[in-house]
Amino acid sequence: MSADVSTPPVTQPVAPGPPRRFRLNLRQSGIYVAFALIVVLFTVLTDGALLQPGNISNIVVQNSYVLILAIGMILVIISGHIDLSVGSVVAVTGAICAVLTVQWGLPWWLAVLATLGAGALIGAAQGYWIAYFGIPAFIVTLGGMLVFRALTLTVLGNQGIGPFPDEIRTLANGFTGGYLGNVGLGPLGGADLLSLLMGILVVAGFAFVQWRTRRARLGYGQTVDPFPLFAVKILVAAAVVLFVVVQLARFRNLPWVLVLLAVLVLAYSLMASRSVFGRHIYAVGGNLQAATLSGVRVKPVTFWVFVNMGVLAALAGVIFAGRLNQAGPTAGNAFELDAIAAAFIGGAAVQGGVGKVIGAITGGLIMGVINNGMSLIGAPSERVMLVKGLVLLAAVAYDVWTKRRAGAAR
Amino acid sequence: MADATDADILLMSGITKSFPGVTALRDVTFAVRRGEIHAICGENGAGKSTLMKILSGVHPHGSYSGEVVFEGEECRFAGIRDSEARGVVIIHQELALVGQLSIAENLFLGNEMAHRGLIDWNRTNHEAEKHLRRVGLRENPTVAAGELGVGKQQLVEIAKALSKEVKLLILDEPTAALNDDDSAHLLDLLRGLRDDGITCVVISHKLGEVTAIADTITILRDGQSIETLDASDVTEERIIAGMVGRDLEHRFPPRTPHVGEEALRIEDWTVHSPTNPGRVVVDHATLSLRRGEVVGLAGLMGAGRTELAMSVFGRSYGVDISGRVYKDGREIDVRTVRSAIRNGIAYVSEDRKRYGLNLVADVKQNVSAAGLGLLSRRNWVNEHEEFRVAERFRDALRIKTPSVAAGARTLSGGNQQKVVLAKWMFTEPDVLILDEPTRGVDVGAKYEIYTIVNSLAEQGKAVLVISSELPELLGLCDRIYTLSAGRITGEVPREEATQERLMEYMTQEVRR
Repeated sequence: MSADVSTPPVTQPVAPGPPRRFRLNLRQSGIYVAFALIVVLFTVLTDGALLQPGNISNIVVQNSYVLILAIGMILVIISGHIDLSVGSVVAVTGAICAVLTVQWGLPWWLAVLATLGAGALIGAAQGYWIAYFGIPAFIVTLGGMLVFRALTLTVLGNQGIGPFPDEIRTLANGFTGGYLGNVGLGPLGGADLLSLLMGILVVAGFAFVQWRTRRARLGYGQTVDPFPLFAVKILVAAAVVLFVVVQLARFRNLPWVLVLLAVLVLAYSLMASRSVFGRHIYAVGGNLQAATLSGVRVKPVTFWVFVNMGVLAALAGVIFAGRLNQAGPTAGNAFELDAIAAAFIGGAAVQGGVGKVIGAITGGLIMGVINNGMSLIGAPSERVMLVKGLVLLAAVAYDVWTKRRAGAAR
Repeated sequence: MADATDADILLMSGITKSFPGVTALRDVTFAVRRGEIHAICGENGAGKSTLMKILSGVHPHGSYSGEVVFEGEECRFAGIRDSEARGVVIIHQELALVGQLSIAENLFLGNEMAHRGLIDWNRTNHEAEKHLRRVGLRENPTVAAGELGVGKQQLVEIAKALSKEVKLLILDEPTAALNDDDSAHLLDLLRGLRDDGITCVVISHKLGEVTAIADTITILRDGQSIETLDASDVTEERIIAGMVGRDLEHRFPPRTPHVGEEALRIEDWTVHSPTNPGRVVVDHATLSLRRGEVVGLAGLMGAGRTELAMSVFGRSYGVDISGRVYKDGREIDVRTVRSAIRNGIAYVSEDRKRYGLNLVADVKQNVSAAGLGLLSRRNWVNEHEEFRVAERFRDALRIKTPSVAAGARTLSGGNQQKVVLAKWMFTEPDVLILDEPTRGVDVGAKYEIYTIVNSLAEQGKAVLVISSELPELLGLCDRIYTLSAGRITGEVPREEATQERLMEYMTQEVRR
């Protein structure tokens, strides 16, 4: 961001010249533009199959656990650390959940809670070594990767355990019921009313919150986007959400994991940007010494970030196992790499202190769409891997490049 | 001033070097005769180290203007390898040995005795022993350098320089970290090197040493070469007069002090070094600040100023800390940064980029970083209020930024410093410790920062200013403490304070 504009008077919230503002927005929203381009590309390449109702549903369900991991991972990366163990934690928590439900016969909700608790303990154990003992997270979680894989094999006795109770399978793989019946959408055919209503509710809520924030900012004399730009942003977001919801409503209603994800994204976005704890995560990752000298209790912050990662990994573990209807010894293999890649594609900085939950989700979706789109056009898996690797490199290179250019402009 | 003569091994002329926002050297001339020991004296920030970094190629040709003539030839060093190839070797104040490597490996680091890419260890160790003998160090060259004391490490550095066939040896504060015996040995060694025909340039704050060892003394002040003295008939007082001899212009906003009750009292404060636990860094220091008062803390590099301040501020530095801190007459707990902040203490660090700012965050998040609690209810931050607070400080402190949502990285040094000040003013402290508040800040912004300091005192806050620039302390403070080797060696009220007097206390050598 160049410092070439003079200070606008507070009482006069006029946007600076349009060319500059546009460039600024492009840089901040590069990731969303990239996502849109990738979606368009694969829609064309697959003759529209990518955006068919069933396929959208597939993309969501297939990537849900990576997206959940990405939420935890972005916080870890913002705080200046890394977690290589999440794949193994997914496996071991899936195994724990399987033992609790299948072998011990616990009610499904109790088993899920206990599994999340186990995830918290795992996160606490790793967080302790990282935050209080001062071992780099890379080492601790590399050890954790092996340890928890080993525990998985021990718990499972080298074989899969299943099947899971219906409730867990529904959470992982199922859809909301058509409680309110269907409505006709003309040429699009019938669609689930409840899903549509929920979609409309989300869009309305989003628009309302944005509008209220804008009002409050104006009330405080802050500069805001000019109204047309504001309206366009809201409309684009609303159109995307409604399109996805309509497609899903035409198929088999909303996947439960999508509902869960929406809640998680909302809650974690708020937590990251608005809560004191969230701010402290950014402060610790941005400059550890400055945070310490500002009175931030840096060790507990780091510790709880890892506890949170453990809980989310356990949630992903339950969903993954529920989806396969079996906890297996190889579950979660290389998930940590997908989650880390999602965070970095989504704009996190390697040095920490920078990143957004919604960015990590977008990063995860970019990889999900590439996976899905390439398999639709029949590309072999090695080529998918190749493309994903290059996309990760390109995303971070773009980030470094824009930062360097911003630095040179000064 | 000085013309190149055959006797001169080095002539630097017209040297000007700028860093963003600051001119470190202005038209400096520096001539060294062959085979002499030449001392450079000057206050912190006078430009001594910068000049030597130019000479040794650390600041490469092109980053400064002026001419460096060594042995009659103009030199354009692109880096330290170039200067070393010509026989100019610098030994920095912070020793550059790799602790895990052996003495011999350190001696030939970057200059390995190799045959077809393989290191000849026998020859390496044999050669190393030869050089060690020359500096009088009886150690096995295979011992890890980190196991040696600081004094011996210093000797290894000199041996390393000798191994490079040094003609001009530059030592930056060589005895700063040494005890008396090691210092004496080192000075003897330098005399011996001189007798062998090696020219030495020594930067030192210890004027006693300077007069004892130097043949010629050049004084730098405010980035300019002031004078070159023959050391044979010079007194320490004469050197001090040269170092500080500038008039105090009207660079400071006026202030009438309204001094009130005692706000903070530090008693019997002792701190040990965390890296070298036996070493006392702050030694039974006692000082007090009163409301509405601006108090200075003067001391040379390494005197323990920052260490004192940071150890008081939540034990952010040091181990084995003992002593008591009183606030408004009551003993308070400053064991953590949070408790120090809660007790109304704020510390603006000397290195804002390392300790003060989150450069990847924006201005408003930096302003609120230490006072988020004041902006939040039930742990939720009121972002609008945060914005307003940041704008209030932007206007009050005249922070030049297009918006408080701009990245902290994009601001100039002076404005970044104001952001850090705003961060601490927002916590509404009673006591502010400002560590080098104007370092790396241009003249205009300095004046504004002085104005802020004055207004803080006007509001009844107690302000402790740590500064290497004596005129700054004289211009700002009501009272000045001097610190030397961790001890408070003087307390001078404004009326009696002169640079000479402070310098005398600051250079007082404390025997241990």
